[in-house]
Amino acid sequence: MTRRGIETLVGLFVLAGFVAIGYLALKAANLAAMTVGETYTVTALFDNVGGLKPRAPVKSAGVTVGRVSSIALDGRTFQGVVTMELEKRYAFPKDTSAAILTAGLLGDQYIGLNPGGDDDNLAAGDTIRMTQSAVVLENFIGQMLYNRAAEGGTEANK
Amino acid sequence: MSFDDFLPRLGRWALGYLFRLGHGAYFFADLLKNTPAALRRFYLVVAQLHAIGNYSVVIIAASGLAVGFVLALQGYYTLSRYGAAESLGLLVALSLVRELGPVVTALLFAGRAGTSLTAEIGLMKAGEQLAAMELMAIDPKQRVLAPRLLGGIVAMPLLAAMFSAVGIFGGYVVGVLLIGIDPGQFWSQMQAGVDVWDDVGNGMIKSFVFGVTCTFVALYEGHEANATPEGVAQATTRTVVISSLAVLLLDFVLTAVMFSTPR
Repeated sequence: MTRRGIETLVGLFVLAGFVAIGYLALKAANLAAMTVGETYTVTALFDNVGGLKPRAPVKSAGVTVGRVSSIALDGRTFQGVVTMELEKRYAFPKDTSAAILTAGLLGDQYIGLNPGGDDDNLAAGDTIRMTQSAVVLENFIGQMLYNRAAEGGTEANK
Repeated sequence: MSFDDFLPRLGRWALGYLFRLGHGAYFFADLLKNTPAALRRFYLVVAQLHAIGNYSVVIIAASGLAVGFVLALQGYYTLSRYGAAESLGLLVALSLVRELGPVVTALLFAGRAGTSLTAEIGLMKAGEQLAAMELMAIDPKQRVLAPRLLGGIVAMPLLAAMFSAVGIFGGYVVGVLLIGIDPGQFWSQMQAGVDVWDDVGNGMIKSFVFGVTCTFVALYEGHEANATPEGVAQATTRTVVISSLAVLLLDFVLTAVMFSTPR
């Protein structure tokens, strides 16, 4: 085979390899869904972040508007500090509230933003004050059992 | 065998083993030193890419397709018990990208390309072609071995990516077209669960490491083969055995380092 022929075939091979990598990155993984373009950082304090993980989506009205970039513990107030990157083209009022929600009954957790009515918008570095913590299933079940027991007790006392 | 006899034997075995290990490391360092010079004759690398990469595409693609088919069938069987059949795409993609893609490609590579490298170099040595090159003041490491090493290192990650991509397509064919899982769910679950750097990127790093390992083992065994027909045959066998074991052990180590830490 001529040198040029071999080089063409190798070029095809390398091209096929890169197409495969691109296919894996774009079609199988989340490169296309990753927020591109400019973002601004907002933090929120939660009493309990539950099973929230970095890179979890931040949604408003069900639309993904950003991603969680890091989660840390505030050593002074002992609250979870969630840092998130929101897309620049979405602005939210200053009194927006954040809640940690779950997709489906056992799905992954994400942050839901509920816009408020303030005239000013959240700026980079702002902190969301009004937050609702993640529902911890164990506490929920414990509460339910406790209520049930209390009901049983009152009925027995009648 | 008396006890007096046992200790010297054990010592000889251990020393021989250490000698081979050290010799291999020295050989590897020597090869690396020769790679820049091999890059200057880039055509040699391209020719090796053709021999190693192009000819492996068919077996890699066929195996990837078969593995994707089977993964989808077996995964569906288990997942449907828990009512999570829609996660099939995620299961297929994660197992391929993280583990099966790099590992099975490396095993196939050892059998398909590693053996031919060992046999080729072993026969070159048996035919005293390497010695003749040295007489002509051509370093065979630079002219023969280094281009092959580079070719193998470049080809392996590309082949692994093709394996995974074809495997995911195979999973799609069985999961969506045959079994009838909703295609939207299939892809969206996959995209939500597979991370570009943590999963695809680490898989690529794995296959790069395997590429270095498999190619180096094949070249070393060929270069150190006894210059007889039996010697070449034994070296070819050792190439497959050693590179397969090395790939599986390295895979465990790499997986433990890459994926066990929670992100």
